[in-house]
Amino acid sequence: MAACVKKLDKCIFNLRLLRNLQLQNERYLSTSVLRLSAGTNDKFVPPSKPVIVDKTQTTASLRKFLSPEFVPPRQRTNPLKFFMERKDMIQRRKVIQIPEFYVGSILAVTTADSTANGKSSRFVGICVQRGGKGLGATFILRNIIDNQGVEICYELYSPLIQAVEVLKLEKRLDDNLMYLRDALPEYSTVDPDMKPLPISHSGEVPVNEIKVKMRPKPWSKRWERPKFDIKGINFELALTPEKMERAQKWAEPWNEFDMLREYDTSELEEKIFKEVQQEMNK
Amino acid sequence: MALQNFYRPFMGLLVETSCRLHQRTFSVSAVAAAIQKMTRVRVVDNSPLGNTPYHRPPKVIHVYTKNGVGKVGDTVLLAIKGQKKKALIVGHKMPGDRMTPRFDSNNVVLIEDNGNPTGTRIKVPISSKLRKMEGDHSKVLAIASSFV
Repeated sequence: MAACVKKLDKCIFNLRLLRNLQLQNERYLSTSVLRLSAGTNDKFVPPSKPVIVDKTQTTASLRKFLSPEFVPPRQRTNPLKFFMERKDMIQRRKVIQIPEFYVGSILAVTTADSTANGKSSRFVGICVQRGGKGLGATFILRNIIDNQGVEICYELYSPLIQAVEVLKLEKRLDDNLMYLRDALPEYSTVDPDMKPLPISHSGEVPVNEIKVKMRPKPWSKRWERPKFDIKGINFELALTPEKMERAQKWAEPWNEFDMLREYDTSELEEKIFKEVQQEMNK
Repeated sequence: MALQNFYRPFMGLLVETSCRLHQRTFSVSAVAAAIQKMTRVRVVDNSPLGNTPYHRPPKVIHVYTKNGVGKVGDTVLLAIKGQKKKALIVGHKMPGDRMTPRFDSNNVVLIEDNGNPTGTRIKVPISSKLRKMEGDHSKVLAIASSFV
């Protein structure tokens, strides 16, 4: 008996739904008919669709970019090792969006931190150095917080990293900005609440040709020496011309003719780029 | 106030020129990256002992570890203003593990013998590793302004 009542209830409910549907249909039809009858003289022109471009959204870059840690170093290790690592790296890249960035770009990294409130902490800074090949690739972010210089070395493929965000995409004159430690603090200060600047997805990456002013001399390294080959320091303010000339004593101009030092990765890069593209699209 | 404002550009000029002329006429060795005996450190809390100027910087005279190298969370004994004082390391120049911060100076917080901090505020960010550590640093963590 109870089951019968339940079924009946269901039936009635369905009927009601149907009726509602019908009503809606009717209204829809009637409104369209009304509009048609009203607008017989002037043609209906649909309003142009608003195009909303979210510039902060990270879309696929149009330029061809292979992250440098994919290219194996020149050594006699079995290439299979690097192949396996590449597979793992691609697996990780399918889970987390690791954008294109360079030394000199401003990044924000969110990491899991069990003691922080919200269980995650965010650090904003300028990328000072990229190091390592394969799964152990790292990058160092530097910032000055409350007049205290802080650097954090992140592992790019660490499972603790939750998000990597590029706030400003640019290059500098050098591939290593460790000299910012000895530069005036304003050159490594980044606002932690910085909004991401729009990134162009085509064309060349802009190069920031800023020349940095340094603090007075005892530096952590002698940056004027030719082995660092630094272009981003304003040496005229820090050193006398005689000292600059003295530093050239350590130049090794014969090295550029040493053919054993050459490591042409262009072919290798091409191959790995194709492989990565294939795997990522799978 | 007006006078101060008036002097400010000149002050800037002074600093600039002195930078160019290398105002330091004596040589100073680089700050040691590892915290060991005789390392000069920076006191980052607001205790009067650590902040009044003195002709000799605070130096580490003992590190309470087995290998003699202090890292974040270790206690050291300082020689500061001619007296002995314990301090807790809250950041150092030496790079530690990946994903942990490295600071541009060796930072310590003065503590009493029972572990309570002497100051009431820490001015700079301190290492987040301190929060995960065993041991009772809760009173130091409570006066910290920010973590990295």
